[in-house]
Amino acid sequence: MSDAKKFMYINRRAPYGTIYAWESLEVVLIGAAFEQDVSLAFMDDGVFQLTRGQDTGAIGMKNFSPTYMALGDYEVNKIYVEKESLEERGLSLDDLQHLVWEDEDEDWAEKDSIRLVSRAELADVLSGQDVLFNF
Amino acid sequence: MSMLHLVNKSPFDGVSLNTASSIMKGDDTLLLIEDGVYGAMRNTKSSALVEGRNVSVLGPDLAARGITEDKLVDGVTVIDYAGFVDLVEANDKVQSWL
Repeated sequence: MSDAKKFMYINRRAPYGTIYAWESLEVVLIGAAFEQDVSLAFMDDGVFQLTRGQDTGAIGMKNFSPTYMALGDYEVNKIYVEKESLEERGLSLDDLQHLVWEDEDEDWAEKDSIRLVSRAELADVLSGQDVLFNF
Repeated sequence: MSMLHLVNKSPFDGVSLNTASSIMKGDDTLLLIEDGVYGAMRNTKSSALVEGRNVSVLGPDLAARGITEDKLVDGVTVIDYAGFVDLVEANDKVQSWL
């Protein structure tokens, strides 16, 4: 793992209106299979990707939101959500899916994957990454 | 002469809703569809653009995005695809602010 790079996927688009959100999710899952150190950031309209209760039945598109629940199983468990973006959109963490992962070092204890961060904190997270992918 | 104004872009990712809401006249209707439905949400930095206006929003697009009706600005009307057709028919012109 010593030569693993820190990959950050930055998600700034709402789901369904464009293909960015879904494409990002696909690339994240592919990247996770290569055992890199993966983080996700959701900011601007990207925070809408994580809303709970999405139901696409009436618009004839695939509802890919349940897939975010699977990220923990791929050891993608550093999911940064920007606080300012949520607030500007009248949202709070309660409006988002509860994403968790199981820590094998602590007898598979279930832990939260989402980390609520300010824009300043997110800036620090970004500067610590090796590679940034934008969607 | 009434006009139906369509907005399909997020109000946080462009100026379409700004333009549409400022140009619409008294008997016009604003219909929010696709990513435009986020413009109908209350307590956001763009809510003021739709408050007190004649605004409808497409229910199937709200449901897809997990936005429930309790999150909408008061007075916004939720419609289905048949209601969309009714609005097109009821207005003299349709203007899409792409």
